[in-house]
Amino acid sequence: MDISFDLLINAIAAGLLLGGFYAAVTAGVSISFGMLDIVNIAHPGFVILGSYLAYFLNINFGIDPILVSILMLPIFYALGALIYQVYYLSFEKRGQESLRGLAFFFGLLFVTEVSLILVFGVDYRYVEAAYIGPSIHLGLVDLPLRMLVPCIAALALFGAIELFISHTFTGRAIMAVSQDQLALQLMAADPIRIKRIAFGLSIAIAAVAGALLIIIQPIEPSVGREYIGRIFAICVLGGLGSMPGTLIAAVLLGIVESLTATFYGPSWAPAVSFGFLLLTLAFRPAGLLGR
Amino acid sequence: MSPLLHVDSISKRFGGFVALDGIELEVQPGERLGLIGPNGSGKSTLVNCICGTLHNESGSVRFDGQAIDGLAAHERTHRGLARSFQLPRPFHSMSLADNLRIPLLYTVHARLGPLRSAGDLDSRCHELLDMVGLAKKAKQLPRDLTQVEMRKLELARAVAAEPKLLIADESMAGLSHSEIEDILALLVRLNERGITVILIEHIMSAVMSFSQRLAVLVSGKKIADGKPEDVVRNPEVVRAYLGQ
Amino acid sequence: MTIVNTAKFSLIAIAVAAAVMAFAHWYNVDYLFFASYTILQFIVLATAWNILGGYCGYVNFGSAAFFAMGAYSSVFMHKFYPLPIPMLILIGAAVSGIAGFGMGYLTLRLRGSFFAIATLALAVVLQTLVVNWEYVGGSRGAYIIRPETIEFAGIQINYIEYLFGLMLGLAIIALVTARAIERSQLGFGFATIRDDELAAEACGVPTLRLKLIATTLSGAFMGMAGAPFPYYIGYLQPQSAFGLEYAVNSIAMPMIGGTTSWVGPLVGAILLGSAQQYATVTISSAVNLLIVGLMLVAFVIIAPNGLIGLVQEHLRKRRRS
Repeated sequence: MDISFDLLINAIAAGLLLGGFYAAVTAGVSISFGMLDIVNIAHPGFVILGSYLAYFLNINFGIDPILVSILMLPIFYALGALIYQVYYLSFEKRGQESLRGLAFFFGLLFVTEVSLILVFGVDYRYVEAAYIGPSIHLGLVDLPLRMLVPCIAALALFGAIELFISHTFTGRAIMAVSQDQLALQLMAADPIRIKRIAFGLSIAIAAVAGALLIIIQPIEPSVGREYIGRIFAICVLGGLGSMPGTLIAAVLLGIVESLTATFYGPSWAPAVSFGFLLLTLAFRPAGLLGR
Repeated sequence: MSPLLHVDSISKRFGGFVALDGIELEVQPGERLGLIGPNGSGKSTLVNCICGTLHNESGSVRFDGQAIDGLAAHERTHRGLARSFQLPRPFHSMSLADNLRIPLLYTVHARLGPLRSAGDLDSRCHELLDMVGLAKKAKQLPRDLTQVEMRKLELARAVAAEPKLLIADESMAGLSHSEIEDILALLVRLNERGITVILIEHIMSAVMSFSQRLAVLVSGKKIADGKPEDVVRNPEVVRAYLGQ
Repeated sequence: MTIVNTAKFSLIAIAVAAAVMAFAHWYNVDYLFFASYTILQFIVLATAWNILGGYCGYVNFGSAAFFAMGAYSSVFMHKFYPLPIPMLILIGAAVSGIAGFGMGYLTLRLRGSFFAIATLALAVVLQTLVVNWEYVGGSRGAYIIRPETIEFAGIQINYIEYLFGLMLGLAIIALVTARAIERSQLGFGFATIRDDELAAEACGVPTLRLKLIATTLSGAFMGMAGAPFPYYIGYLQPQSAFGLEYAVNSIAMPMIGGTTSWVGPLVGAILLGSAQQYATVTISSAVNLLIVGLMLVAFVIIAPNGLIGLVQEHLRKRRRS
């Protein structure tokens, strides 16, 4: 096959950068689905919501998207906590999270997307920042800053989350709540409160990821749907709740997607992540680093 | 006589935690076996592996002369293995009578052919509910039952499957003294009809009066297996479980 | 007993359908045929979804995929070897039924939540495949010229009336089937899967087999609903065939109507379908979808057993006092 080496190595580089970003997007679901066992398929909706908020503040006030994301953290944390409270009272408490919980989140995703269509329309939206446009050239490889900067920010975020989970009391309580609620209660920690914190965190992370997303690519409301496949593919492939696994899976997916888009065309890209997901679920549901 | 149930060195891990470590157990046809041990010792995990709800990583289970390792739980029930769940799992949307109709339709029918008309099914459900004292509540939903009544329903549902081996997992928790006597008498009656029974319990008086043989599980290992009067004098058993 | 019961119900249903058909034929307003077709289509979709979702408790987010497969198998046949629509309906049922079986086989051993995610994945994968498949039009779409009239039982009727009649027939079949399942041993088994799958297995219920039956049936009916769609709409694009509105509506209608009985999807489809027809014309289609989404969230939180559930609660309270 006549593959241009130049094209190949750039596709892989792009895939790596994309993968780093995907890891941050998925980190929230690693917490909500991997650790709390909540199938929040509305997660991409919050990502896109974060993107639009970043867009809005950037266009109207000129604020840098990465700065916006930090400002957004408390708002989205509160939103996440609120949603978890509703979810808990309506479903988890009654033991009906399977059917109704899923329908609930699906409804949320849908409402978010349609609301965004009504408010912003279906045109693509961009942000403007100094680092969108230029690239770094390392020999054969072009690293567009609009991908490099979010990737670095994403990895920083990812690292912060990993540290939080493994080194703080709350973080370890979140890990514990996924395994043994009784033990947690004996430690005088309220499992419901821990889960609320964790879910709030996952939504806050989603918003930050959203702000990074709009740096990488222009957005429109249905972009969230493509991310459902990516997020869950990475989450499952990485082994639910395992942060290192999530990172590896994210980078892997990023590279495969990038290669597919480069050599077979972008219209096949959605099939990659969802195909990954189906194959993983069918043949290795415990993930790469399977438990 | 070959054993009805032969558990051959089965092990089960959950991540790093070893729930069962090379368990060997035999149950003869018609026997009354008691299984005791502290909470978390692996009793329910053992039952789950025997019945197919969980899969053991190593070792094998033979029932009625055949290896049943690859079989799904429902297939094992069809072969005559029935169990009650330690935490009752009734079908919430159905009446008590309907709860019992399920094993009748899906196990007894499946094994013995559709030999019962609707009327026969109804009377059999009633008979089973009467056996555990729940006949009056036949049309009620499980959510209207007390914990104790739910355990009785669990037991009745397991018996409904007309098993060769019945595993009763803590069916007596919370029962009064006379209720315990009733359930014990019921289990003895079933045993006299030919059903082999494994009784898992913490109520020592019940276990001692019922069991012909007693096995003790501690931290995933079987530490004793023999006549009840010998087992309860075993110093290791006293230290690990009875002394508490 | 159940068979006689089902036969009686079928006769009543057919009689009702015949009456509706006769009235529609006499009234003869094209717009009503178009609007009613959509509602009947939703009755089939909602009922189909409910067999797996309401009866068994397994949520399918990919209804659009099975619907679209029915539609695209018609497009394929139209180009390959044109057949009358009733035959296309059977083909659509077969294609989507097999797909339902296949997907079930791959994913039903997993937890319900994994299954739900897998159905989403399937929808997107299929959409991508179709978008890249030139023979059926790819992303540009496919045109199907709909004839003006068709001869049926010796008389010439408008084509849209013919489609309406077909969909009415499908709706009746779907409802009769759902009701028959509900009252049968199969439906009983489905309910145990929904209530407590582990206990069901312990009682001897072959849960995997039953779930496969449910996914296959559900998929087949959705495919049947999709098969006449290209003829109805004239121009089929992947975006419309795989549209999110099918996924949302096939979930919202049973959940709002009530998932435990065949009546729920019927009520949900008629109410929500009519409301949407009205809203699309008077407000906008985006707002109408927003309302559906909000109602879904509201009902799922407040009235988990849907409208039918509310009625049953009310009757039960009345009986007690």
